[in-house]
Amino acid sequence: MPLNIRTYHDLTEPDRSGLPDQIGAQRRRVAERLATVGRVVAVMSGKGGVGKSFVTAHLARALARAGRAVGVLDADLNGPTAARLLEAPAARLAVREDGVLPALGVEGVKFISMDQLLEDGRPLAFRGPEQESFVWRGAMEAAALREFLGDVVWGTLDLLLIDLPPGMQRFAELADLLGAAPAVLTVTIPTPESRDAVRRAMHAARDRGSELLGVVENMVGGAFRGSAADDLAREFAIPVLGRVPFHPNDAAWQGIVDSALRTPHSAP
Amino acid sequence: MKFLCVECDQQMTFEERQLPGDGTLAAAFRCPRCGRAVALLTNPMETQLVASLGVKIGGTTLPAQPLETVRGMVATGRDDAFADGVRGRGSGVRWSADAEDRLARVPGFVRGMVKRIYADYANDRGIAEITPAMMDRARSELGLEGM
Ligand SMILES: Nc1ncnc2c1ncn2[C@@H]1O[C@H](COP(=O)(O)OP(=O)(O)OP(=O)(O)O)[C@@H](O)[C@H]1O
Ligand SMILES: [Mg+2]
Repeated sequence: MPLNIRTYHDLTEPDRSGLPDQIGAQRRRVAERLATVGRVVAVMSGKGGVGKSFVTAHLARALARAGRAVGVLDADLNGPTAARLLEAPAARLAVREDGVLPALGVEGVKFISMDQLLEDGRPLAFRGPEQESFVWRGAMEAAALREFLGDVVWGTLDLLLIDLPPGMQRFAELADLLGAAPAVLTVTIPTPESRDAVRRAMHAARDRGSELLGVVENMVGGAFRGSAADDLAREFAIPVLGRVPFHPNDAAWQGIVDSALRTPHSAP
Repeated sequence: MKFLCVECDQQMTFEERQLPGDGTLAAAFRCPRCGRAVALLTNPMETQLVASLGVKIGGTTLPAQPLETVRGMVATGRDDAFADGVRGRGSGVRWSADAEDRLARVPGFVRGMVKRIYADYANDRGIAEITPAMMDRARSELGLEGM
């Protein structure tokens, strides 16, 4: 005769393992921490190397010059770039009872990045068994993202930009941790290949519930041919927030920020 | 994860946790009716997976430190990445010479945090001096794998 075993959900007595409480506390920590942040915007593209990090950092800097309080969370844990783009030589992060103070980049942009934490030139590696690291490594990275969101004392910010790595995995983790999919700004280069990759990412983000704020077209006026930004803008009924030439100067960024601030939905 | 004592049809409750130091973990659960205990043993991979969730089976008596998982688990962190300036409530606790030696062997990336955790632990329990034995006890009790 089979044993009579109640199912997982039938067992509702407290078991003192404390696991549900701890998970709940983590989520609350993220929500409380971000309560002083006006807006969280994820910068993404389905494609690598199109300039997400470059655009994120320079937009943040231009917004800071325009008087906004801006933070950058570098969610590219394996290829962090924020410290260099924000021209902040490796500074020590101050630990307080209530969290870690973000690093301070050029023009007062606050940021957190693995850049600040890793030994020069070393990859992000975790302590733990070599065997089956593919099983737990993704979870470790998600934990790092959770702590970047929950443990950094941003203070009052108008805008927190989250620079995502290529691919959609980190975006999904972010949406989970925030409890809702974040608003998204997409970066593309003009080519049809980039457009198609970015389109897939935008569909995925929209399906997950993200508001699509607009497209920034990067590396225009050079060798790349195509109309990716216009195509995507039409298809998703969103604005082209800016077109960034190669080696843009401050005035070019200012122009993009000014027009983005005039676009009703995207204003931080 | 829950444990059911099938004979008693009773959910078992967490009793204690042990970290032998080889990357494995043991968590004991006991049936509140018949008193039978069972132990959950995880291999290093499973231990790591639980750790990555930032939770400790059996809960924790100290609040999580800022960036605790990152600091405790990243192996390639810069020694001087953090400035652990402001001292916590355990700043008045004494460290024995042996305990100081042991702390000095902890990588700089995580040392400040480890120091604060042990000091807070000692302070909360009215322990005047931190010794290696106390550090071992705290490690198991707090579920600090590898610290
Ligand atoms: N408009 C630009 N003018 C000059 N250089 C640029 C421009 N945009 C990006 N770059 C350079 O191109 C390279 C790739 O840019 P970046 O790292 O920002 O791309 P990414 O999309 O973040 O890449 P990944 O997918 O790896 O995160 C960098 O060296 C960056 O400095
Ligand atoms: Mg990047």
